[in-house]
Amino acid sequence: MQQIAPDIASPAEIEILVSGGDLGVYRGGKWLIRGVDLAIRRGEIVSLIGPNGSGKSTTAKVILGNLKPDEGNVSAVSGLRVGYVPQTLHINWTLPLTVRRLMSLTGRHRARDIDAALDDVGIRHLARAEVQHLSGGEFQRALLTRAIIRRPDLLVLDEPVQGVDFAGEIALYELIRDIRDRQGCGILLISHDLHIVMAQTDTVICLSGHVCCSGTPKSVASNPEYLRLFGPRAADAVAVYQHHHDHTHLPDGRVVPLEAAQSEHKSSADVPPDGRPDV
Amino acid sequence: MFDDFFSRALIAGIGVALVAGPLGCFIVWRRMAYFGDTMAHSALLGVALALLLEINLMIGVFGVAVAAALALIILQRRPTLPVDALLGILSHSTLALGLVLVGLMAWLRIDLLSYLFGDLLAVSTLDIGVIYGGGAVVLGVLCLIWHPLLAATVSEELAAAEGLKPARSRLIFMILMAAVIAISMKIVGVLLITSLLIIPAATARRFAQGPEQMAVLAAGLGVVVVVAGLYGSLEFDTPSGPSIVVAALVLFLLSLLRLATGRPKPQARQ
Repeated sequence: MQQIAPDIASPAEIEILVSGGDLGVYRGGKWLIRGVDLAIRRGEIVSLIGPNGSGKSTTAKVILGNLKPDEGNVSAVSGLRVGYVPQTLHINWTLPLTVRRLMSLTGRHRARDIDAALDDVGIRHLARAEVQHLSGGEFQRALLTRAIIRRPDLLVLDEPVQGVDFAGEIALYELIRDIRDRQGCGILLISHDLHIVMAQTDTVICLSGHVCCSGTPKSVASNPEYLRLFGPRAADAVAVYQHHHDHTHLPDGRVVPLEAAQSEHKSSADVPPDGRPDV
Repeated sequence: MFDDFFSRALIAGIGVALVAGPLGCFIVWRRMAYFGDTMAHSALLGVALALLLEINLMIGVFGVAVAAALALIILQRRPTLPVDALLGILSHSTLALGLVLVGLMAWLRIDLLSYLFGDLLAVSTLDIGVIYGGGAVVLGVLCLIWHPLLAATVSEELAAAEGLKPARSRLIFMILMAAVIAISMKIVGVLLITSLLIIPAATARRFAQGPEQMAVLAAGLGVVVVVAGLYGSLEFDTPSGPSIVVAALVLFLLSLLRLATGRPKPQARQ
């Protein structure tokens, strides 16, 4: 039922990287989240979806250990290496920081590894650019590269496609899946973009202060709680986006064919590649 | 060479500038200019207390500056007032307390102006030892916490998530600031210390391509500014602190001029 990294034998043996049980955070006279359970396994992409203020970021912060829960607890495997792309990151312009320097912000890496990672994400040509001059999409790619160059066990991405245009969004999500396939890390993804999340995720957790429903994208999409939260049209999110791309666009504009290995998760419905389908 | 008061001031000033530059970069990056100002203003209270208790002035200043920083951290945790209001209250009340306390100690004949604006004549050989010894410790510790502090400057959340303990680096950084304030008080005076931290760093920003480069440049520009300011102070018989700050301002303005007339700013993208 879950998509797992190819090198892992059977779901029963998959290591749980981090799990939270019965998590509750109480702030300013109300529970931001309560009774939230979740677990992220190696090689699994778990998406948190939910309306604004439903506690997605709060849950991520608790899982990261940045916020101590008032109820419940978090347990992680020892020596868990985390890569994090926060929701908001404003870098003061007085700090001269190139994309290359950003890569070694929380740890040293060999120049060769940095070049390779920048190549993978398609921003090698921006290595010497100052981060304050990047576009929204370029900046998100740079932050993602910085997080994956650490070869994390767990990657936490809080709204990683903000400020990215539609085609770029799809490319970024495919990149995230590709990272999971190659590095075998667990990914906790936060997004309010239902459509793409539904196509790129193994497990969806639908939050609204508590866990409304969770499971595979298909099972969540047909859950009445999910429909109540997002409206009936949200049920189409799964169907529409399970289509096959035969090519993808690199950030510098080049068009490249998509590798067959990447498409394991998708059916091949005939929707024009990268065209915005009607919802 | 140490016999001559001016050489002593010059050597001491260079030592101060070398430490102030790199530390000042973080003050600029972290938007802590007013925070630094508040700590510096509290230094006068430190002077008064040190005179009262008959302990070393620099130790008194260091202690009070650390206390002011801790008080601010604690007050910020309880959101009672906006940060700028808190800083304003603490900054001016510690300065006023210091002035009142010095006024009350009628038996002391001290030149208040020399503490407020710096004094060329006040630097002793022992001071030089403290500046270079303390300065070396400050720079050493800054090198040790450089990476976590820089990561926390970019994003505290990110640094915490990836296991770098940003709160600890911030606390150490504040202690380093207190140390720099203590050792630079005699040269620039409590009212103007922050400018020696900030102006060389701000000037360096225009020429730097990376954080480490900016820190080194700020130290270098600080040395230029201190030397120019002290010679000006000697030449025109002006107080040393303001003279150094004016020299820093001139250099900063010249760096702006380069933008207006000279080459275009180095392009980020190729």
